[in-house]
Amino acid sequence: MAENKYESVIGLETHLELSTRTKMFCGCMLSFGEEKNKYTCEVCLGHPGSLPVLNKKAVEYAAKIALALNCKINDRTVFHRKNYFYPDMPKNYQISQYDLPLGIGGHLDIDMGRYTRRVGITRVHMEEDTGKLIHLGTTGRISESESSIVDFNRAGTPLIEIVTEPDIRTPEEARVYVEALRNLLLYLDVSNCSMEEGSLRCDANVSLRLAGESTLGTKTEIKNLNSFKFLQKGLEYEIKRQKKLLDSGRSVIQQTRHYDNNSGTTKALRSKEEAHDYRYFPEPDLVPILMDAAVVENIGKSIPELPAAKSKRYQKDLGLTPYDAGFMAGGRGIASYFDKCLECHDDAKAVVNWIMGDLSALANKNRVPVDGSKVTPENLCKMLKMIDSGRISSKIAKTVFEEMFNTGSDPESIIKTKGLEQISDSGELESIVEQVIAGNPGPAGQYREGKKKAIGFLIGQVMAKTRGKANPRLVNEIMTKKLG
Amino acid sequence: MELNYLTAHELRKKLGSREVSSTDITQSVFDRIKRKDKDINSYIRTEEESALESAGKADCHIAEGGSIEDFTGIPVGIKDNICTRGITTTCASRILESYVPIYDATVIKRLKKNNFILPGKLNMDEFAMGSSNENSHFGPVKNPWDKSRVPGGSSGGPAASVAAGEAICSLGSDTGGSIRQPAALCGVIGFKPTYGMVSRYGLIAFASSLDQIGPFSRDMEDCAALLNVVCGHDPCDSTSIDAGIPDYKSFLTDDIKGLKIGVPRELMVEGIDPEVKSSVEAALKMAEDMGASVEEISIPNLEYALNVYYIIAPSEASSNLSRFDGVRYGFRDRSAKTLRKMYRLTRAQGFGEEVKRRIMIGTYCLSAGYYDAYYEKALKVRTLIIDDFNKAFSKYDVLISPTSPTTAFKLGERTEDPLTMYLSDICTIPANLAGLPAVSIPSGLSSEGLPIGLQIIGNTLREDNVIKTAYSLEKAIGFETRPKI
Amino acid sequence: MKRIRSSDVRHVAKLAELDFSDEEVEKITPQLNRILDHVARISTVDTEGIASTSHVMDINNVSREDEIREPVPQEEALKNAPEEAEDGFSVPKID
Repeated sequence: MAENKYESVIGLETHLELSTRTKMFCGCMLSFGEEKNKYTCEVCLGHPGSLPVLNKKAVEYAAKIALALNCKINDRTVFHRKNYFYPDMPKNYQISQYDLPLGIGGHLDIDMGRYTRRVGITRVHMEEDTGKLIHLGTTGRISESESSIVDFNRAGTPLIEIVTEPDIRTPEEARVYVEALRNLLLYLDVSNCSMEEGSLRCDANVSLRLAGESTLGTKTEIKNLNSFKFLQKGLEYEIKRQKKLLDSGRSVIQQTRHYDNNSGTTKALRSKEEAHDYRYFPEPDLVPILMDAAVVENIGKSIPELPAAKSKRYQKDLGLTPYDAGFMAGGRGIASYFDKCLECHDDAKAVVNWIMGDLSALANKNRVPVDGSKVTPENLCKMLKMIDSGRISSKIAKTVFEEMFNTGSDPESIIKTKGLEQISDSGELESIVEQVIAGNPGPAGQYREGKKKAIGFLIGQVMAKTRGKANPRLVNEIMTKKLG
Repeated sequence: MELNYLTAHELRKKLGSREVSSTDITQSVFDRIKRKDKDINSYIRTEEESALESAGKADCHIAEGGSIEDFTGIPVGIKDNICTRGITTTCASRILESYVPIYDATVIKRLKKNNFILPGKLNMDEFAMGSSNENSHFGPVKNPWDKSRVPGGSSGGPAASVAAGEAICSLGSDTGGSIRQPAALCGVIGFKPTYGMVSRYGLIAFASSLDQIGPFSRDMEDCAALLNVVCGHDPCDSTSIDAGIPDYKSFLTDDIKGLKIGVPRELMVEGIDPEVKSSVEAALKMAEDMGASVEEISIPNLEYALNVYYIIAPSEASSNLSRFDGVRYGFRDRSAKTLRKMYRLTRAQGFGEEVKRRIMIGTYCLSAGYYDAYYEKALKVRTLIIDDFNKAFSKYDVLISPTSPTTAFKLGERTEDPLTMYLSDICTIPANLAGLPAVSIPSGLSSEGLPIGLQIIGNTLREDNVIKTAYSLEKAIGFETRPKI
Repeated sequence: MKRIRSSDVRHVAKLAELDFSDEEVEKITPQLNRILDHVARISTVDTEGIASTSHVMDINNVSREDEIREPVPQEEALKNAPEEAEDGFSVPKID
């Protein structure tokens, strides 16, 4: 069947801008969206005579990433020059890494639901970002511009390149990989990982081969996949395109193609077929980095419990469903919030319900992160304890919660100020019930005649009279007794 | 009294005793420049107004009781590949004709702390590529001893200016001999420190793993004093040695009893001028008379030093010079309407022939299919050369050779065939490949009245032995002659 | 070692973004061959088991703290620009 005739072989290259304070090789501050050429110096402008000095923090972050991806850290890592000319390159060579990168031979397991795919990580290496090109003209596209301008604010930003083995087999896996990778990187707090802002960029390499074959087919490189959705769509299109070519007896040309999200297609770039000759050689202006085993171990220790492991632990130890566990482990902030809640409240499921329910809803509506609202874990726990002890009903709790969300006050002061404490005093409730029965002879009578549903109306009246504060369970008990 | 021909240490005394002022000294240097430099062409640009202003400031500083350091108020010429903030720095190239640095090289910052005077930027071979200073966009420099001859290169301007009294001292750079060889041809002292001793921050790079900045002077005392100012760790240069520096003046002793001198036979090259050879041999005899031992040795892999150098240096240079593309600074071809055309015309017109030749060689040696056979292979042979030197220095304290196989050659004599020019550096290149400290001191004059230079090479970080030997021989040789210009 | 032909010279010139006229290629090709022949003598040296030296001093682990340094003011950054537009370095049509 044509469906399974071919196997797709996909590899992904991800570039990540680090969230250090300064650039890779000079002390200029990192910036985004600022006035052009305001955060530059002789080094990142490539002025003659300037020299690079490595950012210690960038190495630490890079090692963190490599370790979190289960890589082996090379005990000696070296920088190389990658030579090519382009206007966004201050030196017309990029300081990068070649045959002795920081990390090699790792993996990231991705959960596809029905199965897990282990994606091999070939290498993790350090390099510097280029400046930004703005193409002048009406469309801003390079092919329609007569001139361009360069902004070097971004030039020299620390960049980490993560390359996978061609282990990915479907566009959906590719999307899940990038999502999982992004999640992991956010956990490590090394980058703001924004595909929209360009701090997380993905290129894909894709080829087809007959199912069962082990040799690789000719691959194309797809660029400009700047969202999870486009990544998946772009690959779907490209695979279809390659299938068509191969089915018709033609061959795939090795080339770089650009994903156009307007048409949903990939197009070959205008540039010539010649592969770049980068003329890599060891960077003479930088010295080798010896990754001390003790230092690497310390960096390893600073890596927090990662999402996959955390989710598993939540399922095993707390009995959360895979979905709920995934949500709670989904972000470092949420997980930390959840963990803090568990420090003061035992009922994990209750905490989960409130976080995934009311908290998420209000947070989304107000465009704040779930773990960044005014509701502190301590206050949430206090509120849950009030529900458990019957001081407030679950319904009243929703009001209390909204007030906590809006003002950040603790539940105790909220119920006092708003008088929301549940009425659980039998005596008080009895007299109100008697009043309601006396004042509503019709429904009372109907109940006595066998229409049991009429009690609902009467209970509702009690709730109305007490403005929702009566303990509904007690009211039900007392009402039932008094109606006989 | 010709102030411009005194040494910095002599002038320092006179400044201290208020016998002369910095303004007097600076004026004397500029008088000399105005009279002689149209014939010598040591300077690409002079900065008389700002120099006299600095001199005035230095005089105030001294009058107010400020400390007089070794170079306070002293004009020190700067090779035009060292960045001086706000002062055009060209590398003697059309492509940087209009480039004004936005920062000072570290060595300039250090000299400024000393309140030195900058008389101007000195001429050189374009991008430090050359051995005769005939490759300058601003015209060749003439040897003050014979203006029909070359001063050597690439630091022709720094050497000639000191020889001609147009600067008290100067700073040059040495990648394959560019300080030592012109020092020899101009009868002055030129010192290349151990690689990493002087910050390269602000030195416009030629070959990053070989380049070093170093002093030109008329005597070893000034040389040591200038080393004290420029040497030392710089956090802006990752290849800078992170260790304290000694007081180089403390090595100015003339006691070389027991010093073991090796004379590599590979550097007494075939085709060496017999007068150069006998001058060096005479100096070696003086050393023996002072109690040193002299022995001929063989450093076999030195045979390949020139080959290794002419692969490594152009390769690194081809990458270092990629930044000159007309985008961010310097010359740009205005006729090109597209980017690649702009790059190619800018670089074709902006670079001289020798620079283009070396970029081509370097690009080729790094390119796919040739990297292993050329660049990688050269790096391996370099290891063999370094090992050979290590073996030699386990037995000897210093190695002595001629600095240049010949005295100054005629202008135009070696420009036909690049290879003949490259052979000028055969004695000096090995020290750069191994990062060793080396100095050239004048050992005499040829029968034609041209200076002969003697090279002393020390082991890594053994500037002490080099300075001691140089100082002792300087005293014994007693070279006092000045060019008659 | 291989002799380089004018087609090789043109290819290398492209990599190096240099422009040579036909006469210049004619002139430079034999010069390059002479130099390459000379340097290629190293092919005869036995370097079996020898490591390459790309850094002559044994210095390792040089780095700096992630501390912000004052940037160069925008006017300084653009001061040397041969062509400027909208606070950026202007370049002709990218081909």
